[in-house]
Amino acid sequence: MTAMNRIDQRFAALKAARRPGLIPFITAGDPAPESTVAIMHALVAAGADLIELGVPFSDPMADGPVIQHANERALAKGVGLVQLFAWVREFRQRDAQTPIVLMGYLNPVEIMGHAAFAQAAVAAGVDGVLLVDCPVEELDTAQPIRDAGLAQIFLAAPTTDNARLSRICDEASGFLYYVSFAGITGAAKLSTDAVRERVAAIRTRAHTPVAVGFGVRDAESAAAIAGFADAVVIGSALVDTLAGSATAEEAAMRATAFLTPIRAALDALTAADAA
Amino acid sequence: MTDETIDFHALPDARGRFGSYGGVYVAETLMAPLAELTEAYERLSRDPEFIAEFDYDLKHYVGRPSPIYHAQRLSQKVGGAQILLKREDLNHTGAHKINNTIGQALVARRMGKRRIIAETGAGQHGVASATVCARLGLECVVYMGAVDIERQAINVYRMKLLGAQVVPVTSGSKTLKDALNEALRDWVTNVDSTFYMIGTVAGPHPYPQMVRDFNSVVGREARAQMLEQYGRLPHALVACVGGGSNAIGLFHAFLNDRDVRIVGAEAAGDGIETGRHAASLAAGRPGVLHGNRTYVLCDDNGQIIETHSVSAGLDYPGVGPEHAYLKDAGRAQYVGVTDDEALAAFHELARTEGILAALESSHAIAQGIKLARDMRKDELVLVNLSGRGDKDVHTIARREGLTLG
Repeated sequence: MTAMNRIDQRFAALKAARRPGLIPFITAGDPAPESTVAIMHALVAAGADLIELGVPFSDPMADGPVIQHANERALAKGVGLVQLFAWVREFRQRDAQTPIVLMGYLNPVEIMGHAAFAQAAVAAGVDGVLLVDCPVEELDTAQPIRDAGLAQIFLAAPTTDNARLSRICDEASGFLYYVSFAGITGAAKLSTDAVRERVAAIRTRAHTPVAVGFGVRDAESAAAIAGFADAVVIGSALVDTLAGSATAEEAAMRATAFLTPIRAALDALTAADAA
Repeated sequence: MTDETIDFHALPDARGRFGSYGGVYVAETLMAPLAELTEAYERLSRDPEFIAEFDYDLKHYVGRPSPIYHAQRLSQKVGGAQILLKREDLNHTGAHKINNTIGQALVARRMGKRRIIAETGAGQHGVASATVCARLGLECVVYMGAVDIERQAINVYRMKLLGAQVVPVTSGSKTLKDALNEALRDWVTNVDSTFYMIGTVAGPHPYPQMVRDFNSVVGREARAQMLEQYGRLPHALVACVGGGSNAIGLFHAFLNDRDVRIVGAEAAGDGIETGRHAASLAAGRPGVLHGNRTYVLCDDNGQIIETHSVSAGLDYPGVGPEHAYLKDAGRAQYVGVTDDEALAAFHELARTEGILAALESSHAIAQGIKLARDMRKDELVLVNLSGRGDKDVHTIARREGLTLG
């Protein structure tokens, strides 16, 4: 199975089962480096379809306080790309199916070198990369990432006009990540009606599935979004829940307790749909 | 030697790039407001009415042109080339920063934006932003690192007197870079109502170009003044470089005058070898920070590292992308000046010429003295005295073991 295919296959399977996808986001190395792999397995067991793994960065300019602090904690423990790839490798020993997307900022990739980064990511078992500060206009910067067979995930936002949206849809692979409101991660500005309308417009252009994130924090908001999107992304609320866990076991338990009701709410949609 | 075919005035290109530097590296939500700003600025920068309004304000509100002053006693003491000072310290609010904020405020007003946000390190850009906002009746929110608020109390109070709201930033290293992050977060949240007034030639396109253009009045004036007063261009230009706005402001008009040597003085703090410095060009490497590709100070994992300088205005781990380009092209040279060297120059200028220079500008003075020493007496070194030092007297006193009332 090639790296690209894990994301495509997962979304194909979700579509066949008429199931909305659930994508939890965690910051790698937070709340503790030894917790990351345990949390990833717990999330999959609780119903995650794909995992977004945040690459810690000193200057996360698109993130709200919750993920900023998670980044700071991870960096204080010396977390970098080398450890992150080791965790993905370890995760892959027990899970060859669940797609993994790295989400982060350009500078750590720039300093490692795009080609070296891409090679290491593929070797570890990463499937896609979302570089927050690399818009479609700067596509050539990340060419080695696509050359290595990784999906480059792009963001679309409420401020994205139709011309750019078409370009983003053309370049997108894996899935398109729609940012539900103009703001930073973790803010509480979600307006389901506005998002529904916009996602419908994106779907007419996109050849990839559309995931929606920012502002989704619980079963209720996830279910509202999952009614019209291919997948929902949940980040800050989960990162906040995991913060302060004393052990890897506790972090894994918290991850399970957080995600289980959200999965149930999404599955209830599918059941209602089928009925 | 630089490539003789390069027209330095033709940059940046349509994508906002200076060679491989610059560009637009921001999150998706900001692409639309940046495109809107780029379109508005391109239109306004060719609009005679806008240009006339900007020029009028520079003359009647800022007090331009600023003079070129021959520092005769300093030159005599150094014993080399003649040291000339471009007196940006005489501008309203005491530094070059006002050139840029006047320009951006006029752009904001024409774009119908009534809420201005800004980041500040030393507080100079914050004060310059608060000043123009007060004058135009615009709301002004200034983000400032909690650490900088501590060490720049007077400027914080000045901003408040001018009606601005100063928001402490407690994330990351709590300094200028974090204030920039926080301002970007505000902008991404309030894109419709808000204009982000960046204080230096960094950030995503069009900021490096726009901020340069508004500050390039410094070099245009200086070039004409040199020809008028001395009948020739200077042999060398010197300016301090943090983000690099005063430096590019002076340098830009001279970039195609290839006989004029151009030197930027970066903050070497305790010395570049100690690691406690802010010399992004002299000791950094190409990376991406705050929306542009440029030289940054970061570790081997790509994490931006904390910088150090006695002058808060130079305490920034990146630098404007045009400087990165000029360094690689060999057109300008960037060297480190330590805290101690800057302080010595501060005192030297105070005692020989009766001018208290800003600590930032004192780095340029120190480098100007170094250059002049090895030059002939009939040669001319033009140093940008980018700001006055009143704001720094507490810092200097504290460093010298004194407590002021």
